[in-house]
Amino acid sequence: MPQDPLSRAFAALADPTRRDIVARLAAGDAGVGELAAPYDVSVQAVSKHLKVLEEAGLVTRSREAQRRPCHLEAEVFDLMTKWIERYRREADDRFQRLDAVLAHMDADENQQQPPDDARRGEAS
Amino acid sequence: MTDTTTHETEIYADPTLPTIRVVREFDASPDRVFRAWTDPELVTQWMGPRDVTMQIEQWDARTGGSWRYRAVRDDLDVGFFGSFHEVRPHERLVQTFTFEGEPDGVSLDTMTFEARPGGRTRITGLSVVESMEIRDAIIASGMEVGVVEGYQKLDELLAEQS
Repeated sequence: MPQDPLSRAFAALADPTRRDIVARLAAGDAGVGELAAPYDVSVQAVSKHLKVLEEAGLVTRSREAQRRPCHLEAEVFDLMTKWIERYRREADDRFQRLDAVLAHMDADENQQQPPDDARRGEAS
Repeated sequence: MTDTTTHETEIYADPTLPTIRVVREFDASPDRVFRAWTDPELVTQWMGPRDVTMQIEQWDARTGGSWRYRAVRDDLDVGFFGSFHEVRPHERLVQTFTFEGEPDGVSLDTMTFEARPGGRTRITGLSVVESMEIRDAIIASGMEVGVVEGYQKLDELLAEQS
C-alpha cells in the first residue's frame, strides 16, 4: 500500500468494484450486506474493499448503529473534482492561445495569398 | 488577449476507462485549426504552458512520421516524443505521446476536427493511457504549474480521516 494519502486514495479507486461501491454510496449510506448484495462475491470480500476505501479516507463507518452503515466522504471527492477543474484551466489557457493564433492566421491570410495546400500538415 | 469569443473547454474523465476526453470549439475552419496543430511554427505559439519555451527538435507531421520537443524554463528542461500514427488533413490526427521521464508510459491521442456552422470547428481529443492511476495522475499533474495548495489541502483532509 502506498504511504502518502493521495496515492492511497488513487490506489483505492483503481479497482472497478470499489469504484462501483463508491458510486452506490454516493446515493446514500448503506450497510455491508446491502453493498454486497449485487455482487457475485462474499460479504467478506466486500468488507475488504470497504477497508481499503476506509484506509484511504474515502469512506467512514458509523460506530453507533448495529449494522455500522458506510458513509461516503463527499468532501474528498469534491476536492478530487477540483483537480479536473485545474486540468481544465490548463487546457483552457492553451486553447485561448490557439484562439489568438487562429485569429492571426485569419489576418495574415486576408493580406496574402491563400496558403499553398501542398504545405499543409507536412512540416519541415 | 483578443476579442475572439471564448469557448468553454469540456473535459471528461471516464469513471471506468483510463481515458481523458477534451472537447472545444474554435472560431476558425477545420483546415486552419488542423494547420495550427501540425505546422511547427504555429504549434510552438500555443501548445506549451505560457512560461515554458517549446523547442521542437523533430517534427514530421505525416502518417508514420515522428516528433520530439523539449519544454524549457529556467529551472526546467523536459523532453517529450512520439509518432504521428495518422495525419488525415483537416479531419483526424492520431499521435502517441511519451514523457521522457516516464519512458515506458505512452498515451494514444486521437484528435478529430469537425466542421460546425458559421465556419467554426469542434475538436474532440481522446487520450488513452494504461491504467486509471496513470490517467488520474495526468489529470492531477495539471497542478504542476504552481498549484500545490490543492494537493496539500486534499492531503490534509485525507490525513485527518485516516
